[in-house]
Amino acid sequence: MKKILYTFLLLLSGNVHAALNIFACEPEWAALTQQLAGNQASIYTATGALQDPHQVQARPSLIAKARNAQLVVCTGAELEIGWMPVVLRESVNSAIQPGSLGNFEAAKYVSMLEVPTRLDRADGDVHAAGNPHIQTDARNFLPVAEALSKRLIQLDPANTAFYQQQLATFSQQWHTAIAKWEKQAAPLKGVSIVVQHKGFPYLNDWLGLKEVAELEPKPGMEPSAAYLGSVLSDLQQHPAKMVIRAAYQNGRPSEWIAERAHIPAVIVPFSVGGTPQATDLFTMFDDTIQRLLAGLK
Amino acid sequence: MSRNIYWCAAVAALLGNPLNVFAADDNGLQDIRDQIQQLQQSVAAQAQAVTQQPIRSSAGPSSENSFNPAVSMILSGTYGQLKQDPVVPATGFAMNANNTGYTRGFSLKESELSIAANIDPQFRGVGTFSLDPAGGISVENGFVQTSALGNGLNLKFGRFFSGLGYINEQHSHVWDFVDQPLVYRALWDNQYADDGLQLKWLAPTDMFVEVGGEIGRGLGFPGTDQNKNGAGAGVLFAHIGDDIGIEQSWRAGASLHQTRRVDAVSVAVPDLAGTVSGVSNSFTGDSQTAGLDFVWKYSHNGNIRERYLKVQGEYFRRKESGMLTYNLDTSVAPPPGTNIAGNYANTQSGWYLQSVYQFMPTWRTGLRYDRLDPGTASVGASIAANVISDYSFNPSRLTWMADYNPSEFTRIRLQLAHDNSRQGLADNQLFVQYIMSLGAHGAHQY
Repeated sequence: MKKILYTFLLLLSGNVHAALNIFACEPEWAALTQQLAGNQASIYTATGALQDPHQVQARPSLIAKARNAQLVVCTGAELEIGWMPVVLRESVNSAIQPGSLGNFEAAKYVSMLEVPTRLDRADGDVHAAGNPHIQTDARNFLPVAEALSKRLIQLDPANTAFYQQQLATFSQQWHTAIAKWEKQAAPLKGVSIVVQHKGFPYLNDWLGLKEVAELEPKPGMEPSAAYLGSVLSDLQQHPAKMVIRAAYQNGRPSEWIAERAHIPAVIVPFSVGGTPQATDLFTMFDDTIQRLLAGLK
Repeated sequence: MSRNIYWCAAVAALLGNPLNVFAADDNGLQDIRDQIQQLQQSVAAQAQAVTQQPIRSSAGPSSENSFNPAVSMILSGTYGQLKQDPVVPATGFAMNANNTGYTRGFSLKESELSIAANIDPQFRGVGTFSLDPAGGISVENGFVQTSALGNGLNLKFGRFFSGLGYINEQHSHVWDFVDQPLVYRALWDNQYADDGLQLKWLAPTDMFVEVGGEIGRGLGFPGTDQNKNGAGAGVLFAHIGDDIGIEQSWRAGASLHQTRRVDAVSVAVPDLAGTVSGVSNSFTGDSQTAGLDFVWKYSHNGNIRERYLKVQGEYFRRKESGMLTYNLDTSVAPPPGTNIAGNYANTQSGWYLQSVYQFMPTWRTGLRYDRLDPGTASVGASIAANVISDYSFNPSRLTWMADYNPSEFTRIRLQLAHDNSRQGLADNQLFVQYIMSLGAHGAHQY
């Protein structure tokens, strides 16, 4: 009888002291948290790399998972503004509300690009804090990892030594990897590209790519046939070497331009799992650079 | 900042290093003096660099303008073309609500002003005000919600849309059709709101399980806004939901509503005698409603930006029993044949099934089928010769829509319906509608 009671109580108590329950908004943060927390964390990823993170619904499963989370790791900078506020409110979990220890916004720890000088919906889907797609520049993962590791230590001080070790290992491996990627990506410096959505300023800043045109007339607006036509004629004046898009985006606009401008349409994973090769953070950048270099040929 | 510390540490180390103190010859001393001078210059330069760095001003505006809430406005209008006059209610539902909201021709629909903000660390407030095109402003929602109750509890108080059903909580600007399903129009006067309290509990399970209860004054139909102490209406609901893989998600719910109807007057009610323009009846009795709802959503790779399919349905069943006063006449000397009271009990029900398919980004189409059952009433002997108990007709309607959404803030819709809700008055309806939102528009619910 006692055994049954104890087992029952154990089941009810759930994760009393075991893994930290972590809710990651996007797969890149889930992957980073995995690197930093290892088996000390039970990580749930809210979106997949094939989903447009701007348009996600605050569905019941997200609310239930957020209810039990001790830490949410998201990009912030209003990327998740279409769904996370509802998820956080309905989860009635005071530990993860904005401003608390359990709410981690990666964008707070990097220098933001494309901060708008005016906020007007006539400019399309602009984010007040700047372009939120910070995960395309590998260097951004270093300050985010440092801050995330500190946060993990604050939430789970008993495992401080472990988290510090994980951070040290990750930083070292990441520095080496960045050096390798920058060397591999040397041929990409100064290369002109067309982008389907303005999701690549951090990638351009890191690898020296030059964005000469966007397929969306304004951020978030679907490219119309007329607009694509005008982009095509612009490309004749200012040619580009390739047109790139994130794995979750519809290929039609890119392929239309690619066919008529005789340039390759390149898909980059954009997040972990976006392509079959991008299985973790390291392979995500390996694959991104391989695909960009292949587009050059 | 950390470099500064290193410099200070370096200086301190050098100055504190005992070896330097024992350098005897002048050359050595001069070297040391030079070193110290160099260090002093470096430190000075560092200090200057720090002060020259632009200090990120984090000071916010200190006027009363700070902490502005999220303000948004919904503008909406329709063009309607209806063969039949919308004033005639669905057959068998003359004693229900019949606010269709339809107008023939061009019409501005209600403009909705919404203001929301955190009040303090524990509460959040939302006010939604409806500006009637005919004039007047009403409080559609005005409620406070707790943010930090803990243990999965969420308390809401004020005026809010009840958590019963699925679409009851959705504001009109997110509706997938220009109008509500027939069952909502007839049983809930389009949308049931009450002044009161709602307590919800979210279970700490992996699957979404939520139970809630509400008590209120019974402001919305079928409640009758009584002058009484205590609660006039109560609601209980339970929802469960989950994902199936990354492409499908669903939510199912059950709800119960109870209220007492006191002197609920309905006008233009048809009677067995076929009185021209009908009669007025008054009903006092108990009303109990039970409902079931579900919604299922599918999207390839879970990417709702591209394509998605949504299927939803709801069923409500209402039992009412009490006294009906036939042919109400409140004049000083009512003529014979008026104010005849008798027992009256009836069970009405209705359901709808609808599907919306976004077949390409920004374009959606939808189909909805409505059906109502007026039930067969048990009518007391005293009024059995006057009050219709069996209409032998099930109102139904089929609606199709297509809408264009160039951004999340703009919607333009075309809707066509074949409405068979009134016996012998088959109606063809056409609507063109625009719904635009401006300002800080928050996230929507599932």
